[in-house]
Parts: sequence; structure tokens; C-alpha cells
Amino acid sequence: MALDAFAPWEDPTAKPLIQFQNVTKRFGDFTAIDNLNVDIFEREFFALLGPSGCGKTTMMRMLAGFETPTEGSILLAGQDIAPVPPNKRAVNMMFQSYALFPHLSIWENIAFGLRRDRMPKDQIAARVEEMLRLTRLDKFARRKPHQISGGQRQRVALARSLAKAPKLLLLDEPLGALDKKLRQETQFELMDIQEKTGTTFVIVTHDQEEAMTVASRVAVMDHGKIIQVATPDVIYEAPNSTYVADFIGEVNLITGKADPKGDVLQMHWAEAQPAIVGAPLEGAQAGQDLHYAIRPEKVSISTEKPVEAANAVQGKVLDIAYLGNISTYHVELAGGQIIKAQAANNRRISRRAFTWEDDVWLSWTATAGVFLER
Amino acid sequence: MRRLLIAIPYVWLLALFIVPFLIVFKISLSDTAIAIPPYTPTLDISAGLGAIREFFAALDWENYIWLTEDDLYWKAYLSSLKIALISTFLTLLVGYPIAYGMARAPEEWRAMLFIMVILPFWTSFLIRVYAWMGILSQEGYLNQFLLSIGVISEPLVILNTNIAVYIGIVYTYLPFMILPIYAALEKLDISLLEAAEDLGCSRFSAFWLITVPLSKQGIIAGSFLVFIPTIGEFVIPSLLGGSRTLMIGKVLWEEFFSNRDWPVASAVAVVLLLILIIPIVLFQRNEQKQREAGR
Repeated sequence: MALDAFAPWEDPTAKPLIQFQNVTKRFGDFTAIDNLNVDIFEREFFALLGPSGCGKTTMMRMLAGFETPTEGSILLAGQDIAPVPPNKRAVNMMFQSYALFPHLSIWENIAFGLRRDRMPKDQIAARVEEMLRLTRLDKFARRKPHQISGGQRQRVALARSLAKAPKLLLLDEPLGALDKKLRQETQFELMDIQEKTGTTFVIVTHDQEEAMTVASRVAVMDHGKIIQVATPDVIYEAPNSTYVADFIGEVNLITGKADPKGDVLQMHWAEAQPAIVGAPLEGAQAGQDLHYAIRPEKVSISTEKPVEAANAVQGKVLDIAYLGNISTYHVELAGGQIIKAQAANNRRISRRAFTWEDDVWLSWTATAGVFLER
Repeated sequence: MRRLLIAIPYVWLLALFIVPFLIVFKISLSDTAIAIPPYTPTLDISAGLGAIREFFAALDWENYIWLTEDDLYWKAYLSSLKIALISTFLTLLVGYPIAYGMARAPEEWRAMLFIMVILPFWTSFLIRVYAWMGILSQEGYLNQFLLSIGVISEPLVILNTNIAVYIGIVYTYLPFMILPIYAALEKLDISLLEAAEDLGCSRFSAFWLITVPLSKQGIIAGSFLVFIPTIGEFVIPSLLGGSRTLMIGKVLWEEFFSNRDWPVASAVAVVLLLILIIPIVLFQRNEQKQREAGR
């Protein structure tokens, strides 16, 4: 895990590149960003993740300078950037629509920002060539944007926004217009380029898979607030709320009452069912309302009752979603609760052990799920 | 069936453009005469083949040679060209900001603004030009207003000068300039301007580097739509212009109706048409290019 040591957010002495300090943004009566605080560090690949209308794009537009905060301040390397107009910020943005200039060639598009800085001609040429190589666009330099494919346009947009070597690069749904396969390839390309250039990236996306793949940290947003900021694995394994658990990936949510028992926490959730046993939740009182979140792939499914499982319940297979590599089984328990369990299809489908209406056992360990207060 | 459909516009063109043009061209090769119609020769097919041969023998290029000999004509052509160029430029100068304002206006206002631009078409063009006489004359509303607020002490002479002609042309042809530019600007993606600013442009240079080039097709289309009819414009210079406003449309009118010299007038018209073919072809090419770019 030595390679993974990049974690400036855990270092109290590290100075953040960007600081949002009590930032609020209102459009008329509508509060787009609600008293938000977050630090983003240099060389980070920071993802803003949330449903549409959650304020993630507004946050990005404030960083670019197209919107100013109603209250609070945004610091870039310690400086308040509110009075700095967009054309004077060391911040560049890659637009969702790419916003390539249709009347200019690919070469001129990439050179556009450099020319505005009145850089000497030979330096511009060298920098543009470098960007073309980085994004593997050498062959297309003379073409116009409408003469290249969507994936190539996306790379031109990236090259253009990176050409000025910004301190901070903003990516607004950069892969939204690409098909799935190209998107996955491009995600790795983005990470590669981010590593090579050492630029701080802030990416806005509503695609949780994309955020998990590329980001060093993910901020999950809802209604103008950041609900949780953490590394992708923490967001997935230890969400701080049912909102985050539900937004990222698939999850089973069960509600019940807390019953602390020594060094474990039990939750009673249905009359005829055994209590769920899991790792304790700090500050959980006996009788308190709790949620239990467990990912389908952490639930095992079997025909026999497992001998040594902390949690085991019996149910009936209601539905099977066959996804090729895995299958998701929807199992209905005695009380009507439906639990999803995932199993890898390591045998051919004809030899599957369970089918519809089969009685099965679901089991999981004490550390597989998490208790959540909200 | 398909051929028939394609034939309809060609028949239309033949009947309403080529045939009249051939008639005018024929008259331009004739000689003037005191008769009805006021030129000779006239074609009488019933008189047999000999008469037709005689008819063609009587046609000559005399009137065209005359156009080159009297300097009135080429001066009028040049003056028309100059007035058309200047007024096209002035129309662009006035029309572009209006089109820009319309394209940037809130969505719900646009229909209203659009109507305001084309509303003057609902009144007769002639009446609107007459109205300008009332505004621009020495005792007109403009002079009265300027005198009353004390900007001037003597009434300005505007009517019957080239300035009045420019005002009239800009006013009349403004919608033809505004609409194509508006169409181009409305399609402009705002994020392109944001991208330009993001890459270090000021608002002003973003306008010159992005907005203007991307509305180029609209500017070209609008300019041709103003330039082409303005060259042959007759009503505006004769009503608002003075005796020194020389425009070929006016010369044409005078040859036809004052001098009753139909052959020379026809020659003037044919040459005017030949001059206009150049900008019309260029305009068509621009439209073609736009269609290809849009695809």
C-alpha cells in the first residue's frame, strides 16, 4: 500500500490549494450552495458527485469565476478569488459541451489560450505539439472540430484546457457524451494525464462509477450541501448516511431499534427474525432508531443454513437479475422484507444452484454492513 | 411526375424572368422612335421570313456604346455602388447591435422584439419614406425638436441630401440586416464565450474572436440582402435625395418616363442586371456554404 500514500487531507500541516469557507450561493429564492466548507489539496483528483440540481455545477462555476458566492469566500492558494475575473484565474475548465471553437482548427483551438497570454510563437508551437502528443491527436491538428469524432473532441477539449498549465483544472461532466466503452478507456486516460501533469483536477459528475474510478476523494452532494467527503473505498464501505449508501452502488437498507451488547451492536428489526449483529456505532443508545446498510455482494446465498455466520436469515427467491458475470437474487424474507444478494456466476447458468421460489439462506459476517443513524 | 415537379420552378423562372429579360434586351438593341411603342423595329411575324431577317438586321449595340460615351451613366453606376456600399456598412453598424441585443434578450421577450423588427413591413414602404420627409425637412419634427432644446439655432438641411438617402436606406433595409444576423447569433452557444474567457480573453476580445467570426455568415447574408436592392433603389433617392444624388435607379426612371427613351433605359437596366449578377452569385455561394456547414 506504499503507492497509496498520497493523502494530504490526513496531514494537518498540509495547505489546501482550494478552500471553500462558509460558501453560500443563492439564485433568487433558490439556495444552490448552502454554507459549504471543503478543502481540496494540490495534485488531488477531486470528484463532486450528486444528482442533477445538487449544486455541483454551481460549485465548479464559482471556481471558474462565472458565478460569485453570495456569502463566504473561496481561497485559491490562500488568496480570495472572488474579485479575480475568469480570464485572470490560473484555473481552466473543460466544458460539458466541450465548447470547441467551430471556426478554428484543432491546433488553433489548443493554441487559443496561449495566444491570449502573448507567448512567443515558437513556444506556442512547442506547447501545442506537446499537448497534441499527450492526447494522441497529432494527426488531427489541421482538422476542424466537426471533422473529428466525439472521443477526439473530448481530448481536444482536455488538451485546450491543459495547455495553459493551470493550477486547477475543472472538468464538467467530461465524459457524459461518450459511449460506455470509450468512457471507461477515457477515465484511465484522464487519470494518466492527471498523474503526468501533476495538475489538480476537480471533476463534476453524476456517474458514481466514474467518480469512484478516477477520484482520489469523492464529495457526495445533495441540495447544496456536501454529505460526505472521503476516498472512494470509505464512501463505499463506510458511508455516513443512508443517502450516501443509497447513492453509491446498490445497497440493502433495513431499519430497526438499537440494542448495544458489549462490544457488538445488535439491531432488532422484525418480530420473527434474529437481531442483526454488527460493529458498534459510537453513541448509539438502546432503543434508538437505526438503519443497517449492507451491499448485495457481501450477502452470501446458500441452500443450507450456514454454520458459522454472525447473521443468517431464511427467505424465498423472488427474482433473479442475470447480469452475465454476476446474478442478483431478490430474496423475500418472512416479514416481507426484500434483501438483494449477489453471487458471481462462476458456473454456467444451466447449473445454477437456485431458481425462483427456492428456499434459501442469506448470511453475512458481523463486519459486512454498517449501522447508520440517518 | 418528378420531372414535372422540377419543371414548375423552371417554367416560373422562364415566364417571369427570362422572357421579360429577353424583351428588355431586345428593346435595348432597338432605336428610339416617336411611335407606340416608342422604339423601332417591331417584330411582325406575319410579314414572313424576310421581315424577320430585316428585324434582326435593324438591331445594334448603339445604345450600349452611348452608355460609355456619356459620362452620366458610369458616374451614376459608380455613385450607386458607393451609396449602396456606404449604406450597407451603416446598416450593419446599426443592425448588428440590435440583432445582438435580440439574441441575448430573455427568451420570452424575443418574439415581441422579433415582431417589432418586422412590424414596419405592415405599412406601405412609400408611406414610410414620405413620413421621413416630414421628419427630415427644414420645418420637420427633427429640426423642431433640435431647435426647441437649443442644440442648433438654424434648421439643418438634411432632406434632399445624400444624408437623407442614407437615413432612408438604413431605415428601410434594417430588418434585412437584422434577421440573418439574429439567426446566426441565436445559434451561438454561450459556453463558447465562457470558454474564451476561461482561456484568458476579455469580454471584448471574446466578442471579436468568437462572436463576430461565428456570425460571419449572417453578416454576409444581411449585407447582400441590403446591398443588392440598394444599388437599383429608385424611390428613396428620388423622394429623399436632392438633384445631386445620382443613382442609377433614378437615371433609369428618367430615361423611361421623362425622356421616353426606352432603348437607352433598357440598356441601362441590362447593364445594371449584369453588375448585380456578381453579388447575387456571391450571395448564393455564401448560402450554399452555410447549408454545407450546417450539415
